[in-house]
Amino acid sequence: MSLVRNPKALAGMIILAFFVLIAIIGPWIAPYNPSKVGPDSLQPPSPAHWLGTTNTGQDILSQLIVGTQGVMVVGLVAGILATIISVIVGVTSGFLGGLGDEVLSLISNVFLVIPALPLIIIIAGLLPSAGGLTIALVIALTGWAWGARVLRAQTLSLRNRDFVEAARANGEPMWRIIFFEIMPNLTAVIASGFIGTVIFAILSEVTLAFIGVTSISTWNWGTVLFWAQSSQALVQGAWWWFVPAGLCIAAVGTSLTLINFGIDEFVNPRLRNTAASAGILRRKKIRARIGFTPVYRGEASAKKGMS
Amino acid sequence: MRFLLRRMGFYLFTAWAAITLNFFIPRLLPGDPVQSLINKYHGRLSTDAIDSLRVLFGLNTHTTVWQDYLTYWGNLLHGDFGISFTYFPTPVAEVMVQSLPWTLMLVGISTILGFVLGTLAGVGLGWRRGTWLDSLLPVANFFSAIPYFWLGLIAIAIFGVALPIFPASGGYDGGLLPSFSLEFIGSAIYHAALPALTIVLSSVAGWILGMRNMMVTVSSEDYVTVAQAKGLPERRVMFGYAARNAVLPSISGFALSLGFIVGGTLVTEMVFSYPGIGYVLFQAIGSKDYPLMQGVFLIITLSVLVANMVADFAYAFLDPRTRQEA
Amino acid sequence: MTLTTEVGRSAVSASHRQPVLSIRNLSVDYGYDNNAVHALHDVSLTLHAGEVLGLAGESGCGKSTLAYAATRLLPPPGVVTGGEVLFTSSRDGHGGDLLTMTDAQLRAQRWKDTAIVFQGSMNSLNPVYTIGRQLMDGITAHSPRGFREQARVRALELLEMVGIPKDRLGSYPHQLSGGMRQRVMIAMALALEPEVVIMDEPTTALDVVMQRQIVEQIMSLKNELGFSVIFITHDVSLLLELADRIAIMYAGKIVEDASADEVYRMPRHPYTAGLLHSFPPLHGPRRELGGIPGFPPDLMKLPTGCNFHPRCAHAFEACSVIEPPLGPTSFESAEPFRSVACLLHDPTVNPGPVPVELSVRPLLVRPPSKETV
Repeated sequence: MSLVRNPKALAGMIILAFFVLIAIIGPWIAPYNPSKVGPDSLQPPSPAHWLGTTNTGQDILSQLIVGTQGVMVVGLVAGILATIISVIVGVTSGFLGGLGDEVLSLISNVFLVIPALPLIIIIAGLLPSAGGLTIALVIALTGWAWGARVLRAQTLSLRNRDFVEAARANGEPMWRIIFFEIMPNLTAVIASGFIGTVIFAILSEVTLAFIGVTSISTWNWGTVLFWAQSSQALVQGAWWWFVPAGLCIAAVGTSLTLINFGIDEFVNPRLRNTAASAGILRRKKIRARIGFTPVYRGEASAKKGMS
Repeated sequence: MRFLLRRMGFYLFTAWAAITLNFFIPRLLPGDPVQSLINKYHGRLSTDAIDSLRVLFGLNTHTTVWQDYLTYWGNLLHGDFGISFTYFPTPVAEVMVQSLPWTLMLVGISTILGFVLGTLAGVGLGWRRGTWLDSLLPVANFFSAIPYFWLGLIAIAIFGVALPIFPASGGYDGGLLPSFSLEFIGSAIYHAALPALTIVLSSVAGWILGMRNMMVTVSSEDYVTVAQAKGLPERRVMFGYAARNAVLPSISGFALSLGFIVGGTLVTEMVFSYPGIGYVLFQAIGSKDYPLMQGVFLIITLSVLVANMVADFAYAFLDPRTRQEA
Repeated sequence: MTLTTEVGRSAVSASHRQPVLSIRNLSVDYGYDNNAVHALHDVSLTLHAGEVLGLAGESGCGKSTLAYAATRLLPPPGVVTGGEVLFTSSRDGHGGDLLTMTDAQLRAQRWKDTAIVFQGSMNSLNPVYTIGRQLMDGITAHSPRGFREQARVRALELLEMVGIPKDRLGSYPHQLSGGMRQRVMIAMALALEPEVVIMDEPTTALDVVMQRQIVEQIMSLKNELGFSVIFITHDVSLLLELADRIAIMYAGKIVEDASADEVYRMPRHPYTAGLLHSFPPLHGPRRELGGIPGFPPDLMKLPTGCNFHPRCAHAFEACSVIEPPLGPTSFESAEPFRSVACLLHDPTVNPGPVPVELSVRPLLVRPPSKETV
């Protein structure tokens, strides 16, 4: 697939693969039990504790490693659920048109406009125990609307293309048209929506953990930050407590955005062509821009031999 | 006009949907924690307050849901959101009236500032794509992936603790009383500096990336080439033709992502203990203060709807096609 | 290298036969690295004062690329890799090479000397500005400060000239019909009375009736204002009617360059003959229609020798080896101002006679400096 050859997408996939690996093998490779209280309290990074310790002597590196799983699982589950909802709503809405479309778009737009985080906070706060999967479910229920909106627009434009019209004229059943004619052409959009939702889910989950809405007994990067904040890590200058967790969030977020950029360039050729040749342009000192075609009489014309 | 009326209808519907959602959520979820809280506060709550709580959480067994719904609406229209547990016995409405202006000033100004700065930078980056400016994109990309609250923590660690230039928490100097005096306003601005910086920095990257891609897409439209063919000054082509059209989807994007941004800014308030609605929400979560949580949710949703409407007016003003009578 | 003829239907007198735009050895690539597509290769073409020069060929043959590259409006990843484009004013002799001009010089030159009517009028107008504003900004950009009121007067004048009611000045593009928008584009191009107007398929998006009206309007404006036109279209029958001279392009090269009349009555290149047979003439006797077999070549994988040989009914061995230059026809003495890039017309290579349909004899043997209608 040409996505692998896109340097941005490739970089994103490598970073993501690293975190996925940690999520899987994390419990085995963590040097300490993340919740185990130790004698070294609030120690800066040392050979014994690579990322230092908390005020109760817990090993921060272990907390991050073990917490990776929670972050990834919630991101993945919420991403999959939200994508399923958005595909069902978006594709149906775009394909049906008429009143059905109006109603479904109205619902997606309502969900889009209502601020998600406060809504999640209310629901999570009212639930007796807000564990990882419950949170994933709540996030999916509030985060599907954007994907549905994009998919609806895309389906709408596909619906009137020749090959779909032809399938309809041939009397193919609706489900066949949707699954075999329309869905294959939506792959990139669905993938991009899925990744966007995963980013949203991870950020939401970490935020919820940070403000203490979700259960603080299971580890994720937000929980680490929650304890850092509530234990006055900032005032004590214990940077090793709150900096690495944030960098992990940013790294996963960046990797996912990079993959999405790759997909964008894959879908929208206008973004692609200069992105691919930026290096050559810089080397040859060509400024590619609209309205002033560059004149380059370098290698190319020398090779051809000016006639 | 049709466009705006249609949008107004949509916002009214959304407001209704949010309010109704707010009514039904506690009913769909297990009611025990609420009952236990009511029991806990029993001696301190007036019977009126308990009644409104029962309505809010559907604990009345002798009334139908429909009756509760009507009472709920009646209460809302009278500005009665119930009594806050956290700030007992202050009504929720009063708590929100005190904190909302802080949020509107901080979040409103810094979000708009972030949008304007990011859009301007995106115009420049999109117009000069293929130059060294492209190397700024990964940086913007990284910043757009950072959660607001973490950037807030870093800002506090650097400018509040390591180099104590700015106050790390609060909305104004503790020795002052809120007033419209120069001293108080100065103190408020001084305290808002770090949270504002955090919000601007976290949001700006997303706008830069979005606007850049829109500029790249719009730049290949024929009318931009026509503008160049006319020999118009570079500035006029860049702003009047490319950016002028690229900003339209950016504004609708702004409206749509407000709901998301507001979430992040609320958490920023929590980090900075800023006396806005986000901090109130934080307090409410800590003490399981459901009436306050629900009030905050409603007021935030309504504010976002109003902001959306403003964005729609801006859009209609900028795009003649929406002004057309169908 | 290129011979350009002044023989044509229009009454262009000898004193006006000076070139206003001469494109020499223009080469254009799409892409910047070694995989770049060579879209144009050593193309030369001259536009004379007062002339309508038609540029025809199948889509993808490089006709639009030629026009946009010559005016340096070709979008990325287009890059000019060689040649020159000389503009010389027929009014006061000013001009220069568009390919070596600085941005500022180019800006000053644009719209005043050369203007373009773009293909697809919907996308060519900025949707958020009134047409009045768009007519005026081109004028004010080339005028001294404080010229706004005059620009408005001029804009109204222009609208009237193309037959649009004056009260449409405040209309937005989406409020106008396709034909009106195209007229606005034409009015806009003529705002500063340029000497060269390039028209890129100005009528393609319109229905046939509207097409005729626009073409007639262009011709009458041309006669009135005296600008020269490069008219790009894939519709050869349209060109036969309005062009003085026609250049036929194939795979990034000009394969035949002759007066419209000659192209119609006695095509010399097999591709020209094929093109003529793929369109019904708008007027005149009916002809049997026949397309050209095969497809236009992929510019990445051009055939060797003559690029047209795989589709050519008259190809012989040499065609796949030797690249034919644009040179005189086999009737050089009778038609000295035509050129064709075909080995059939090169007696040193072609073992046999030129096929009958490509060797219709000129009706009159004309002296080179005079012309007959």
